[in-house]
Amino acid sequence: MIVSVASGKGGTGKTTVAASLSRVWDRPVTLVDMDVEEPNLHLFLHPVIEGKSSANLEIPVIDESRCTSCGQCSDLCQFKAIALMGSVLLTFPELCHGCGGCIAVCPEGALSPGERELGEISVGKAGGAGFLMGRLRVGEAMSPPFMRMVKAKLVEIIGESERDAIIDAPPGVSCPAVNAVMDSDVIVLVTEPTPFGFHDFKLAWEAFSPLSKPMGAIINRAGLGNDDVYRFCTKSQIPILAELPFDRAIAEAYARGRVIADEFPRLREIFLSLRDGIRELADTGSREAARA
Amino acid sequence: MSKIAITSEGPSLEDQMDSRFGRAAGFVVIDMDTMSSHYIENGQSQIMAQGAGIQAAQLIAKAGAGWVLTGYVGPKAFQALSAVGIKVVQDLRDITVGEALERFKSGGLKIAQAPNRESGK
Amino acid sequence: MREILIISGKGGTGKTSLTGAFAHLAVNKVICDLDVDAPDLHLLLCPSFDQTEEFYSGFEARIMEELCTQCGLCASMCRFEAIRENGHGFSVDPLRCEGCKVCGAFCPSGAILFPQKHSGRWHVSSTRFGPLVHARLFPGEANSGRLVMVLKQKARELAKARGMDMVLCDGAPGIGCPVISSLSGTNLAVAVTEPTPSGRHDLERVADLCGHFQIAFAVIINKHDLNPDESARIEAFCRQRSYPLLARLPHDQIVTTAMLQGKVVTELPETDFSRELKKGWTMIRELASSVR
Repeated sequence: MIVSVASGKGGTGKTTVAASLSRVWDRPVTLVDMDVEEPNLHLFLHPVIEGKSSANLEIPVIDESRCTSCGQCSDLCQFKAIALMGSVLLTFPELCHGCGGCIAVCPEGALSPGERELGEISVGKAGGAGFLMGRLRVGEAMSPPFMRMVKAKLVEIIGESERDAIIDAPPGVSCPAVNAVMDSDVIVLVTEPTPFGFHDFKLAWEAFSPLSKPMGAIINRAGLGNDDVYRFCTKSQIPILAELPFDRAIAEAYARGRVIADEFPRLREIFLSLRDGIRELADTGSREAARA
Repeated sequence: MSKIAITSEGPSLEDQMDSRFGRAAGFVVIDMDTMSSHYIENGQSQIMAQGAGIQAAQLIAKAGAGWVLTGYVGPKAFQALSAVGIKVVQDLRDITVGEALERFKSGGLKIAQAPNRESGK
Repeated sequence: MREILIISGKGGTGKTSLTGAFAHLAVNKVICDLDVDAPDLHLLLCPSFDQTEEFYSGFEARIMEELCTQCGLCASMCRFEAIRENGHGFSVDPLRCEGCKVCGAFCPSGAILFPQKHSGRWHVSSTRFGPLVHARLFPGEANSGRLVMVLKQKARELAKARGMDMVLCDGAPGIGCPVISSLSGTNLAVAVTEPTPSGRHDLERVADLCGHFQIAFAVIINKHDLNPDESARIEAFCRQRSYPLLARLPHDQIVTTAMLQGKVVTELPETDFSRELKKGWTMIRELASSVR
């Protein structure tokens, strides 16, 4: 089972939830930091990194001696990453999406695959759990292709085993966020009961609904704000899987880099019941899928 | 080369210059030998996420222009134009296409040695 | 004209609440919400739309079933796994399609169309603090960077037309495509951070990003009393890199209180929080007029 921890708004507690959930998970599990622009899970889990590899996107390299300036590659490229200027063929590697079209279309075999580094993938262990992190290179704009590579690594790690995965997704509801959660079995949305939290929660719900995955909510900083998000969950039949109280002591523990399930026994209880709630949601999801 | 391209908000010499290069509304191309002009529409650049400057450079190369008169040019467009020896005059704005043409004819416009805008604008 | 961008790297540090207050304090400016993915600033500014425009960006593959011979070449060439066999043929998953047109270029029966993507909507609005340019990318859409560009361009035009000398922007979390776009043309980037491991880590990455693009950078620490040690580390980081530290704001529920009323903190009775914030704004104004 793959669980994604997501949210529309940033800073609602995704990383906190993912880290604490891993502490109470009672089956083999790998934690995946898919917030590749700003990965933070490692700051709380202090994993032992066993291997690092750079993730590279395939970009075209020109063999000028073979290029006849026919322009087919340039006409095909939608991103202007390869462009014929007069009779001169130019490449702009940072614009390349790695579709491979130019290399495939070239009738002269004048283009060959090269590489652009998107980021770094780290694999290791955090306590009893496996750990996987993608870290986008600063200055690199394209996170979705990099996230695909992190997910490919996850598939490789899970393999045929029965290992579970918990994904810490990036904030937002656009391409990167949807990319992170689209292959999971269950999505849990972390929100806070404030106007910003509620507004972005609705956006996330709207964005992820077309994926037809079972979804549940976690209300963080409960007691703050108002009850709009509760009413919305009731109306839209979104199960509230856990409520984490608004408490300065919790905020301070988080600020010191602690995993809150380790620090507060009452929170550990909440995460245990969250774990069971997620399992139940996944079972309902797979039963519904089987019926469909 | 005897053709110059001027970034423009419209097809005529009376139209205002468009200070943008890649995302200019269009280009008025003038043949300096015959003084005839034609207009290249660039509206499709508005929907491009990136690479508008490169595409504009391609359009200008295809039109056979040897000079570009504009406001701002980004680094990729500059690289593309330089690759085929198209000369760039930048920092022109708030004048009409016709006025830009007059300045070009009277000489004294400086050829840019480097782009004057960051990527993506 | 001066362009000021409020960013954070990490989400949920209070960026939008502070931008709202700065919008109140600033005179003669256009306000611009560049978080097109999960925008929240409008919840504080309660805009009335004066102008609404559709946003089209890129293309998306669509297979015409009646022409498709089901050869499967498109699916095998798609690097994004966006074309799937669905039991009775092939279809495109719009969430995975990058719009590269490789499938269409190689389809032997010309069965693939590329309609333009309608991916969002943007507005010019009036608010009690002045004009606001803002947008909303549809859920799951890419090309947020381009939409950010459109907003910046519009905000500049508006400022010029109305004789205003400042554009005040609320940025997106992260360091990827939309954030990189939001930096272009910015005179001063103000990062709002918090004294947590994530806050500091993400601040360092967003600082590096601004360094990469040579943008002047300054820092505000929000909730500084949550972890004095971490605050001290952030301050040391700022000193070492010569980033001006503009304000140290206490952890204060006034932010949520204001949000619940649809107001900004400086519209509420003055507290230590708002006094420090006003001091910060004065420094921002001075810095913005002194940097290149």
